[in-house]
Amino acid sequence: MSAEERVLTGSHFLLGDHACAEGGMAAGCDFFAGYPITPSTETAERLALRMPPVGAIFVQMEDELASMSALVGASLSGARAMSATSGPGFSLMMENIGMAAMMEAPCVIVNIQRGAPSTGLPTLVGQSDMMQAKWGSHGDYEIVAYAPSSPQECFDYVIKAFNTADRWRIPVFVMADELIGHMTERVVIPPADQIPRVERKRPRHKPGDESFLHCLAEDEDLVPPIVHAGEGYRVNFDSLTHDEKGYPATFAEPHDRLVRRLVDKIRLHVDQIIEYEEIFLDDAEIAIIAYGSTARSARRAVNDARKEGIRVGLLRLITVWPFPENKVRELSKQVKAFVVPELNLGQISREVERFTSLPVVGVNHAGGVMMAPDPILDTIKEVVKNA
Amino acid sequence: MPEIVVESHPIDTVFRTDRLPHIFCPGCGIGPATHAYAQAILESGIPKDQHACVSGIGCTARVPGYMDVDSYHTTHGRSIPFALAIALVKPEMEVTVFSGDGDLFGIGGNHFIHAARRNVDINIICINNFNYGMTGGQAGPTLPLGARATTAPYGNTEPPFNLPYLAAATGAVFVARWTALHVRQLKEAMLRAMQKKGFTFIEVLSPCPVGFGSPNDIGDAIEEVWLYRERCVVNHDAYLPDLEIDLRRKDVPFVMGNFLDIEKEPFDPLAMMKNKGE
Ligand SMILES: Cc1ncc(C[n+]2csc(CCOP(=O)(O)OP(=O)(O)O)c2C)c(N)n1
Ligand code: SF4
Ligand SMILES: [Mg+2]
Repeated sequence: MSAEERVLTGSHFLLGDHACAEGGMAAGCDFFAGYPITPSTETAERLALRMPPVGAIFVQMEDELASMSALVGASLSGARAMSATSGPGFSLMMENIGMAAMMEAPCVIVNIQRGAPSTGLPTLVGQSDMMQAKWGSHGDYEIVAYAPSSPQECFDYVIKAFNTADRWRIPVFVMADELIGHMTERVVIPPADQIPRVERKRPRHKPGDESFLHCLAEDEDLVPPIVHAGEGYRVNFDSLTHDEKGYPATFAEPHDRLVRRLVDKIRLHVDQIIEYEEIFLDDAEIAIIAYGSTARSARRAVNDARKEGIRVGLLRLITVWPFPENKVRELSKQVKAFVVPELNLGQISREVERFTSLPVVGVNHAGGVMMAPDPILDTIKEVVKNA
Repeated sequence: MPEIVVESHPIDTVFRTDRLPHIFCPGCGIGPATHAYAQAILESGIPKDQHACVSGIGCTARVPGYMDVDSYHTTHGRSIPFALAIALVKPEMEVTVFSGDGDLFGIGGNHFIHAARRNVDINIICINNFNYGMTGGQAGPTLPLGARATTAPYGNTEPPFNLPYLAAATGAVFVARWTALHVRQLKEAMLRAMQKKGFTFIEVLSPCPVGFGSPNDIGDAIEEVWLYRERCVVNHDAYLPDLEIDLRRKDVPFVMGNFLDIEKEPFDPLAMMKNKGE
């Protein structure tokens, strides 16, 4: 590995955590702030090694409260900023994830999920922060969360996370899990000029132009242009409800206007954001919905079931948030039941239930061990029997 | 009608005049301290575009919003790591945190000691009004032992922080304490802090007639101001462990001064890369 290179073009045998780090490098991450936590530490360690030689800033902070605040400060100074953590750290970040949403500061947080709640299972797999990713900070806001199913996707979706964050000015999460983070597989890194890059929308107004309202979204996408520290705009960023000028406006009317825009800029554009993979869904009578490491076992279960002549397919979620509700509605017209395996006691299955009146059968384990294909296959067979 | 002698004051250029009037109570010390900061910005020779002012949450934390510089009103206690990031990403900027005692030393204390230890190139201006003003006068980490607050109605049972001592012990390169009445000395201290590379700390003892004065039998703002006038002594060479303050104790002076001014390499995460060839 040549330490001076940002993009390690080539074919590698990489740990998922390291692939997250390399995704950050390739995406041009200029600033990392984090706090060590299993099973995400290898991402931080890899970046501690990789960032300084290319002049990028790596800081190990005093805690995750500080890490997340630093991410917002770095982002609003113009840096592409990221952190990596796991459940306990993710909980501490929630406070300033809300600030990132409110200040519309693009940033990327990798969560290598472990068994939870509390300190839970530090070294063992879990998928139980999925609802926290959506609802963890107080208030209404929207984020995007990707769930990679392989080290290759760790690399690809950290890059995409940066682009989505910059495009919509939101915090974006890469919700991997311990199995994926600690799995070593082939990762192909393309040449530097083939790494997709979306630039932030910048103001058309010059500094000093009195008519410029930096929190006003003039475009259809509801995303205002972003100004960075030191550019001469001398504007105010506020965690309080603020008006289009960025000034505190702690009243009902500007509050509803602001929060509605923060939510609508994502909700009205889900078609540009949502990604999933469809496997054998065309003729399926049963649809499995799975993500992360569990989707790998689900794929195996689907293959085994197909061999036995069962018409089952897999909707593999890549974006878990925003949730592909229209896809679930559409499948509801075709299939007879949904099966949702997850390493939690039923989180995304509840989301599926919101958009279908068909049976939604969970295959659940609280975490600590991978979701094996067998219980998924058994559930499929049972559902077939009862259908 | 009185004749208007001047239409504007040079200091107006440092304020967002379209945000006035401000929210501060009559007799509050935040105003004069803000004036000193504004004057220091003007005299610093550093263009306004290169100043950033960051705060957490509280009465004091509203100050950046009135300054005509890049300003960031962040979450309660988290201004220091936010400021650290600006200072690292934009090293040419003069980054100042302007916030309250509760914000910086209650909820945010951990960030303070670590930023001081790292010697991050930021200035911290702390308005110490001995209470949580914004939320209505609760006890905080600087409330003197025995003093009353809404959450210490029988008198505070916890000893307060000695902030200059804490800042010096944890790594600051410049440490000063003045009151909100010492506007000239305060401005000079702020100017010095802006000139210096590294982590600087200025404590501003500040009247809060609403949150601190009234529950502690200090009649009104004027009386609180008089307490400062009568009891302050300037001693730049003061022994820092002795700097504890209790407004209510007539026998104890409040020691003011610029206590520490030393040179140390400021935090640079890339320092080891730069020293490679040497
Ligand atoms: C996480 C969190 N906890 C509590 C609060 C409520 N709160 C707002 S300001 C404040 C105290 C501010 O005190 P200080 O920093 O001394 O500022 P002052 O108002 O005295 O200037 C508190 C507790 C909050 N905003 N956020
Ligand atoms: S409550 Fe105290 S600190 Fe807050 S504005 Fe009033 S006097 Fe100032
Ligand atoms: Mg206070």
